Amino acid sequence: MTATPTPAAAPTPTPAPTSAAASAQAAAPARALPANVAALALGDDALVLSHRLGEWAGHAPVLEEEVALANIALDLLGQARVLLSLAGDEDELAYLREERAFRNLQLVEQPNGDFAHTIARQLYFSTYQTLLYGQLASGESELAPLAAKAVKEVTYHQDHAEQWTLRLGDGTAESHERMRRGLDALWRFTGEMFQPVDGIDVDFEALRESWTASVTAVIERATLSVPDGPQSGAWTAGAGRQGLHTEPFGRMLAEMQHLHRSHPGASW
Amino acid sequence: MATAAAHTAAGTEPGEAAHPAASSARTAEQQAAFDEAVAADERIEPRDWMPDAYRATLVRQIAQHAHSEIIGMQPEANWITRAPSLRRKAILMAKVQDEAGHGLYLYSAAETLGTSREELLDKLHSGRQKYSSIFNYPTLTWADVGAIGWLVDGAAITNQVPLCRCSYGPYARAMVRVCKEESFHQRQGYESLLALSRGTKAQHEMAQDAVNRWWWPSLMMFGPPDDESSHSEQSMTWKIKRHSNDELRQRFVDICVPQAESLGLTLPDPDLVWNEARGHYDFGPIDWTEFWAVLKGNGPCNDQRITQRRRAHEEGVWVREAAAAYAAKHGKATA
Repeated sequence: MTATPTPAAAPTPTPAPTSAAASAQAAAPARALPANVAALALGDDALVLSHRLGEWAGHAPVLEEEVALANIALDLLGQARVLLSLAGDEDELAYLREERAFRNLQLVEQPNGDFAHTIARQLYFSTYQTLLYGQLASGESELAPLAAKAVKEVTYHQDHAEQWTLRLGDGTAESHERMRRGLDALWRFTGEMFQPVDGIDVDFEALRESWTASVTAVIERATLSVPDGPQSGAWTAGAGRQGLHTEPFGRMLAEMQHLHRSHPGASW
Repeated sequence: MATAAAHTAAGTEPGEAAHPAASSARTAEQQAAFDEAVAADERIEPRDWMPDAYRATLVRQIAQHAHSEIIGMQPEANWITRAPSLRRKAILMAKVQDEAGHGLYLYSAAETLGTSREELLDKLHSGRQKYSSIFNYPTLTWADVGAIGWLVDGAAITNQVPLCRCSYGPYARAMVRVCKEESFHQRQGYESLLALSRGTKAQHEMAQDAVNRWWWPSLMMFGPPDDESSHSEQSMTWKIKRHSNDELRQRFVDICVPQAESLGLTLPDPDLVWNEARGHYDFGPIDWTEFWAVLKGNGPCNDQRITQRRRAHEEGVWVREAAAAYAAKHGKATA
C-alpha cells in the first residue's frame, strides 16, 4: 500500500488500559505522574537500546568497535538506571514488567541486523537524544540534571554514528548499499520520536525540524538520500510509548528477564 | 618474515650489510649490550637491538595473550543479555569492554615488534597461534561469570603481575594497566560469588557448582609442570618470565584457599591441606591428559570459540574495507 498516514491521522493504538492490560502493568509505577511517565519513556529507551548494543559483544567487525559499542551501551545503561530509579525500583521495572508495560520507542527494540543497520538506528536515535537532552538540560524539570550529564555522552554517540554513516555511505559500493538499506528499513520507526510525552516539556515539532535537518545533512554528506517512505507504520504511530511493541521485543525481554524471574526475591 | 625486516630496520645502520666481517663484530657487540641490559634489569625498547629468538618469543607470548583477551570475551558476553540485575549487567559489560581494550594494547605491543594485528589475527583464525585453553570451557550458569572473575582472572593476575617487570618495555607497561583492571575483575567476581553463596539455596548451589567446574581448569592456566614446560628456561634468562609455572600455581592455590573459606564454598580437591613444613598448601594431582586434550582442540568449546571469532571477522570485512576506502578518498585530515 502507498498510503502515508501522518502520525496525527493514525488511529490511537492503545486507549485506556483494559483490565488485562492493567494487570500486565502491575509492576509499572503506581502513580502515573507526568514525571514518572517521562522517566519511564526515556529510561526504557536507554535500557532497551543498551541491551541491543550489548548483543554485539564478541561480534563487532573490528576490535575498536567492540570498545565503542560497549561504551555506548554502558552510557545508556547508566542513564537507564538513573531514569528508572526516578520512576520506581530499577530492577523491578526492568525485569518484572510485561512487554505491554514498556514505554520505549519501537526504534530502539529493533534487532541489530548488520553493522550498517545498527549504525542507522544509532544515527536516528542518538540525534534525537542529543537534541532532546540538550533542551531538557537547559530546562528546570526533574530530568534536567540527568540530561546535563547525558547530553555529553550522547553527543559522542551521535558523532560515532555520523562518522560511521559517512564511512559506510561513502566507502565501497557494498557498504553504500547496506547503509542505504539500514536507513530505509528503520525510517518508518522515526516518526514516533516526535510524539509528545507527558512530563517532557519540549517543543516536539521544533525537535522534528532540527532532527530532520541534522539527519538529512549527515545522510547527504554520506552520498545517500533521505528515505522517502512514511515515518510511521499504518497503525502503530506513537505506539511504543503506549506499550505496543514489535514481535522481536518479546523475545528480547524473555532472554533479558528469564534468570531474574527464575529466582523470585533473590538478591544478586 | 616481518619480524626479521623490523629487526634489520631497527638494529642495523644503512650500508653495514655490505661488510660481513664488520657486521658480525657489530652483532657480537649488540648481543653483549643486550645481555648486559637484561642482566641489569633495564628495559629493552622497540628500537633497541634484540636477538631474533627474543623477538619471536615475545611475539608468540604477546599474541597468545592478546588472542586470549578477545576470545575470553565470548564466555562472559554469553551472559550480558541475561545478567540478573542492572548493576551486574553494567559491571559485566564494563569487564568485557576492558578485555577488548586489553586486546588492543597487546596487539599494539606486538606491533612494536614489527608484527601487524592483521597478521596475528590471521594466525589465530587459522589455528597457527593459540589462546588460553581456559576459554574452551563453557559458561553454563550465571555463577560461572563470578567464578571466572574470582578464579580465572585471579590466576591471570598471578601470572601477569610479574610481567609488569618483563624486560620488554612496551609489554611491561601494557601489563601495568591490564593488571589494574584485572584486579577489579577479580574483586567483582569474588563479590558476585559471595552474593550467591549467601543468597538462596539455589544460588549457593549454583556458585558451588561453578567453582567445582572452574577450579581445576584454573590451575591448568599456569601451564604444564616445570619439567615439561618447553619455553620456560630461556624466557627466565631473558626476564620475560620471572617465576616458574609451578611456583605461580602454588602461589595461586595459597591465595585461593582462605578466600574460598570466606566465600563459604568448597574447593573440589580432597587432598587440599596445609603443609606446615613447606609453608604452603598441598593439592591433589592435576589431570594433565585433560589439559593436553583441550590444548589440542578437543575441549568443550574450541570449535565454537574459533568459529564465532572467524565469523565476526569475516562478517566485518566489508566494514573494514569501507573504512579503508573512505580514508583513501578523504585522507587523514577528515578521518
